[in-house]
Amino acid sequence: MRAMVYRGPYKIRVEEKDVPPIEHPNDAIVRVTTAAICGSDLHLYHGLMPDTRVGTTFGHEFIGVVDQVGPSVQNLQVGDRVMVPFNVYCGSCWFCARGLYSNCHNVNPNATAVGGIYGYSHTCGGYDGGQAEYVRVPFADVGPTKIPDWMHDEDAVLLTDAVATGYFGAQLGDIVEGDTVVVFGAGPVGLVAAQSSWLMGAGRVIVIDHVDYRLEMARTFAHAETYNFSEYDDIVVHLKRITDHLGADVAIDCVGAEADGNLLQHVTSAKLTLQGGSPVALNWAIDGVRKGGTVSVMGAYGPIFSAVKFGDAMNKGLTLRMNQCPVKRQWPRLFEHVRNGHLKPREMITHRIPLEHIAEGYHIFSAKLDGCIKPLVVPSAA
Amino acid sequence: MTGTAPETGIPAAYTPGPRPQRETAEQLRARIPGWGADLDPADRPAVPRLQSLETGARWDFPERQPEKWPRERSIEHAVLTPVFGTSCPPAGLSGVIRRYSYRRFGEGRAAHWLLLVAADRVDAWESHLRSFATLRPDNPVTQTGVRSELTHAGLSSRIGRKRADVGHHLLDPVIVAGPWVAGMGAAYVGVRRVLRAVRR
Repeated sequence: MRAMVYRGPYKIRVEEKDVPPIEHPNDAIVRVTTAAICGSDLHLYHGLMPDTRVGTTFGHEFIGVVDQVGPSVQNLQVGDRVMVPFNVYCGSCWFCARGLYSNCHNVNPNATAVGGIYGYSHTCGGYDGGQAEYVRVPFADVGPTKIPDWMHDEDAVLLTDAVATGYFGAQLGDIVEGDTVVVFGAGPVGLVAAQSSWLMGAGRVIVIDHVDYRLEMARTFAHAETYNFSEYDDIVVHLKRITDHLGADVAIDCVGAEADGNLLQHVTSAKLTLQGGSPVALNWAIDGVRKGGTVSVMGAYGPIFSAVKFGDAMNKGLTLRMNQCPVKRQWPRLFEHVRNGHLKPREMITHRIPLEHIAEGYHIFSAKLDGCIKPLVVPSAA
Repeated sequence: MTGTAPETGIPAAYTPGPRPQRETAEQLRARIPGWGADLDPADRPAVPRLQSLETGARWDFPERQPEKWPRERSIEHAVLTPVFGTSCPPAGLSGVIRRYSYRRFGEGRAAHWLLLVAADRVDAWESHLRSFATLRPDNPVTQTGVRSELTHAGLSSRIGRKRADVGHHLLDPVIVAGPWVAGMGAAYVGVRRVLRAVRR
């Protein structure tokens, strides 16, 4: 089969690999019909996540058709169209039994601090991902769901991570009616977090980024008030001025490890790997939210320490909430929102890239060329 | 809009509040599709945080996946997890470093992660060198996708856009090409010294 493989920082190519075998009785092998590149894939691509091995296939956002099932699989059949949450999880460990699917303890031998994620380094379990023609899906009776007939494939693939994560991020903000919410980052997760904040009754939604076409999308798609931080000497001071000098009630970090806005932070983390991530957006969230407010962190950071301003968080009495999204828990409500037209995920898609050209796709997305917001990857056999 | 209460001129932060609202619920409902659909904080999928839900699992502890080679694992785990990824087993010098890191250090130790990052860089070099013995050596031009700079508005996406990341984009070619240039330079110096030694 054809599959994207990592060749070292900033370098990927498409290679011929074996179709993955059934390794466990509850495995399925899924023929991928559509995958996506996630902003967090860029952390791997840039070599920031420890134990990202040459030869690994990335991709934790994908849908496809069941091609093989293991002997104990009961809920899926060959030929089913399925959407697969980015979490690999068993459904039965202490954490899964309490709904914390993203914190599963039975699928990642490499680390206890994070669950299993498809195509996201050995730190997240060493699973190959879905930017390929076929992918192994463990616990086929637990994670995947048949795509409803009414749902568009491109909505389905975005529900496997970006949409669920943005929605989850707004929930962790504990938004109440009339709240002022500030979202850092106008990528797909930030756009959905902004939209979701409205669903939860926000009275005002502010999005901050530095890329003009993404801010335009935040205004038109997410109905948000936007500010380009590169136009202000100090975006936190500006945020205070426009929010009654209280700050926002809720701040949502949808940027993560490669945040811009402070060259020293960015270079020491995203270029030199001396920090687990550049905490610029997270520090702005801490400083920009009101005392007693809530910071929700959806941006992905690596396991190495980062220079986060915990003193300010403590002195301000903040509530900090974060987790990888337990995707499948969000789906029943998100299916309603998509069906009702409250959320229109596929309007965020800007590029559809053949798998054979995935190296260009990563560069376009990474360098934010050509108005790129969300690129899909289409295998040639799809 | 400054958020200043018009009757006093004092921002809301300095008064008992509440914060002035810009739009009523009715105005927001008319303007924003789905506004307030998840208004009740108790009726959201993430609430409460801990929930016992039907997952589809029919086991208390899953059947074990065969371990086809000694699978490296965190020393914070009591046992090898019953299911695990099988991509890219550790090999070569990078594999030695990775196995040592997993065997020796827990996840709370910076040494664990820094060794894994170092192993990643060694792995990349091992793979680059191995590729030169194949019919498909690594190609930094095609593998970086940099040709899309010419086909997907490389310049116009950056110039005059007030983007904060344009400055450090110049570092990316250094990160990609720098080690190659340094490696070739070191090889050149080494070969020259060997030749000089032989001539003597």
